[in-house]
Amino acid sequence: MRKNLLALGLCAAMLAGAAAGCGNNTNSNAGETGTPTAKGAVYYLNFKPEQADQWTALANAYTNETGVPVTVVTAASGGYEQQLKSEMAKSEAPTLFQVNGPVGLAAWKAYCYDLSGSDVVSELTSDSFALKNGDQIAGVAYVTETYGLIYNEELLSKYCELDNAKIKNASEINNFSTLKAVAEDIQARRDELGVKGAFTSAGMDSSSDWRFKTHLANIPVYYEYRDRSLSTTDAIEGKYLDNYRAVWDLYIENATCAPALLSSKTGDDAAAEFAMGEAVFYQNGTWAWNDITGYEVEDDDIGMMPIYIGVPGEENQGLCTGSENYWCVNKKAKDEDIMATLDFLSWCVTSDKGKTALTDMGFVCPFRGFTDQYAPDNPLLEAAREDIEVGHTPVDWCFTTMPSETWKNGVGAALLEYAQGTGKWDAVQTAFVEGWKTEYQASNPAA
Amino acid sequence: MEKAIKKTFALFALPTLAAFVIGFFVPFILGIYLSFCRFTTISDAQFTGLANYRALAGDGVFLHSLWFTAAFTAVTVVLINVLAFAAALLLTRSFRGTNVFRAVFFLPNLIGGIVLGYIWQLIFNGILSIFGRTLTYSSVYGFWGLVVLMCWQQIGYMMIIYIAGLQSIPDALYEAARIDGANGRQLLFRVTVPMSMPAITICTFLTLTNSFKLFDQNLALTAGQPSQMTELLALNIYNTFYGRAGWEGVGQAKAVVFFLLVALLAMIQTRLTRSREVQQ
Repeated sequence: MRKNLLALGLCAAMLAGAAAGCGNNTNSNAGETGTPTAKGAVYYLNFKPEQADQWTALANAYTNETGVPVTVVTAASGGYEQQLKSEMAKSEAPTLFQVNGPVGLAAWKAYCYDLSGSDVVSELTSDSFALKNGDQIAGVAYVTETYGLIYNEELLSKYCELDNAKIKNASEINNFSTLKAVAEDIQARRDELGVKGAFTSAGMDSSSDWRFKTHLANIPVYYEYRDRSLSTTDAIEGKYLDNYRAVWDLYIENATCAPALLSSKTGDDAAAEFAMGEAVFYQNGTWAWNDITGYEVEDDDIGMMPIYIGVPGEENQGLCTGSENYWCVNKKAKDEDIMATLDFLSWCVTSDKGKTALTDMGFVCPFRGFTDQYAPDNPLLEAAREDIEVGHTPVDWCFTTMPSETWKNGVGAALLEYAQGTGKWDAVQTAFVEGWKTEYQASNPAA
Repeated sequence: MEKAIKKTFALFALPTLAAFVIGFFVPFILGIYLSFCRFTTISDAQFTGLANYRALAGDGVFLHSLWFTAAFTAVTVVLINVLAFAAALLLTRSFRGTNVFRAVFFLPNLIGGIVLGYIWQLIFNGILSIFGRTLTYSSVYGFWGLVVLMCWQQIGYMMIIYIAGLQSIPDALYEAARIDGANGRQLLFRVTVPMSMPAITICTFLTLTNSFKLFDQNLALTAGQPSQMTELLALNIYNTFYGRAGWEGVGQAKAVVFFLLVALLAMIQTRLTRSREVQQ
C-alpha cells in the first residue's frame, strides 16, 4: 500500500511538472462564438501589459461581430522578446506581433509580411510612421508617445513667488542654463518650498534606468543626427556628450536622494516622489500618467516641458515624440490567417468600436480616422499637443537606432558608476562612442 | 511476480521515459545543435559551424564571469557545508525545541530566488545607506551579498540532509570509541565525519551545482552591477542571448561550455568524496 501511494505521488509530481510548463496568460475566443464559415484566425502577441484586458475585450467584440477568432496573449513586462522568440517557434505562431523599430526589425525581418498597399498603411497620417525594410513596409506604428520633463506647476509658481527667484514665470524656462539656475536654486531652498529635491530620484534600478540610458541619451543622438543629416549610423561621434553630462549632473546633484544611492531607487520611487509633491521635475512620458494621477498633486498642476541640454537654439526645441510600437504581420503564417489579421487591423483603426477602444487604452494613434473626438483624456498628451501648436520642433525618437540592448546596458552601467563616484565620465564616453561602433558591428556582421 | 514485472516493465517505464526524452534529451541535443547555428527562433536555425565559439573566445566579460563564479562557488561550498554540518551536530543533541529550530532553519529554502534576492537587496541597501552607499558600489559588496544570501537559503536544506546522515550512525560505534578512550575531537573526526561521508557527497554536489548555476538570486540582487562585475555565468549567458540581435547562438555556445564545466566539476567532486565513503 505504501509503495502504491509513493508511486501515485511520483506520478502526480510528474504530471504537475508537465502542467506547470503550460501556464500561460492565454485568452482564446476560438470557436466560442465563431461562425463555421469564418476563415482564418488572428493571434496577437501584445507588448503592453497595461492594456492586456482592453485588448482581450476588443478581440471579443471583433469575434462577436465577424466570427473570426482572435487570440490575444500579453507578454510580461520586459519579457516580450523572450516570449516572442518562443511563440514564433511554435506551429501556431502569432500572426500579429510587435517590433520596437529598426533594430528590432533587424532581428525579425525574415518574419515581416510586406504591408505595402494594405488598408492599415493607407490609413497612416504620415509615411514616417511606416517602418521600412528596403522598399517594403515591414511595420506600422500604431501609437505615438511623447516624453519630456514633467513638472509640478503649483510648486513651480510657488517658487516664482519666493524672494530673488531666478524666474517670475514657469514659461521662462526655455533653455538649459535657465533650467539649471532654477533647479539649483530650488534644491538650495528646498526646505522653504517644502520639497525634498528639484528632481525625482534618477533611479538606476532596471525599472527606471531606461529613462536615462535610452530616453535621455536620445537627445544628444538626435542633435548629432541633425548636424550630420543622418537617420541612423554605424559610428556615433559623441558630439553632444558634454551636454549629456551636464544634464545628468543636474539630475543627480539636485535630486531627492544622494547620487551614491541611485542604484537602489526604482521607477515607482520616482513616480511616487512626484505624485506626492516631493519633487518639482520628473523625466518621463505620456505613458506615466496613470502612475502620477490621483495622489497629492492635482491633475491641472501637471505639465511637461522639453528636456533642454544646452544646444544653441534650443528655445525652439519641443518634446520628444515618436513610436517604438510597430505592428508587424507574420509572413510565415497561413495565407488565410494573414488576410484575417490585415482585416482585423483595418477594423481596429477604422471602425468606431476599434477607434474608441484604442482611445480608451490611452493611445494617440497616427491614423486618419482618429479625429479630435478620439483624443484620450490625459493632460500630458494635452501638453504634447500644445507644444506642437506653439511651433516647437519635436525631437525624434532616435533611440530606436541604438545598436543593441548591450549598448544601452553599457551606457547605463557607466552612468551609474559615474553617479556613485566609482567611475569616471570617460567610461560613459567610451561606452557611448566606442561601444556604439563595436555593438553595431556585432549586431550587423555583414556590414 | 517477477515475470509479470519483466513483462510490463516497458509499459510502466514508458511515461517516465517519454517525459525524459521530451523534457530533457531532445532539448539538450537541440541546444547543442543550436550552438553551431545562427538563429532567431529555434525553427529557423542556420548552420554556421564554429562561428559562435570563436565569438566566445574574445569575450572578456565571460572570462571575468567564469572567475567570479568559481570564487563564489568555492566560498559558498565551504561555508554552507561547514555551517550546515555544525547546525546538524547541534540539532541532533537532545534538548527541547530541536524540531522547531530545524523547521525555522529550513524555511528560507521555501522562498523563491527572485523574492529572496529582492528582500536581501532591501536589507543590504538599507544597511549600506547609513554609509551613503549601495550594493552596486563595488563588486566586493555584490560578491559577499550573494554569499550571505546563498548561505541563508541553503544551510537549512543541507542541514536536514546532514541530520539524516548523523542519525543513521549506530550508537555502538561511539560507545566503542569512548571505551577505547577517544576524546570529543577524536569522536568527531574519526567517527562522525567518516560515517557522514555519503551525506557530505550529496551536500557538496548540491551546493557546488547550485552555486555554479545560480541565476534568479543574482538577477534580483545585483543584476550584474556595477558594470557586469557581479555577473555570474548563468546571468552572463542570459544577457548574451537577449542582448544583441543575432547573438542567440553565442549565448547557446556559452551554455554548452557552461554545461561541460559543471559536469566536469561535479564528476571530479563526486569521485573525490565517494572515495572517502566507508561501508558500515
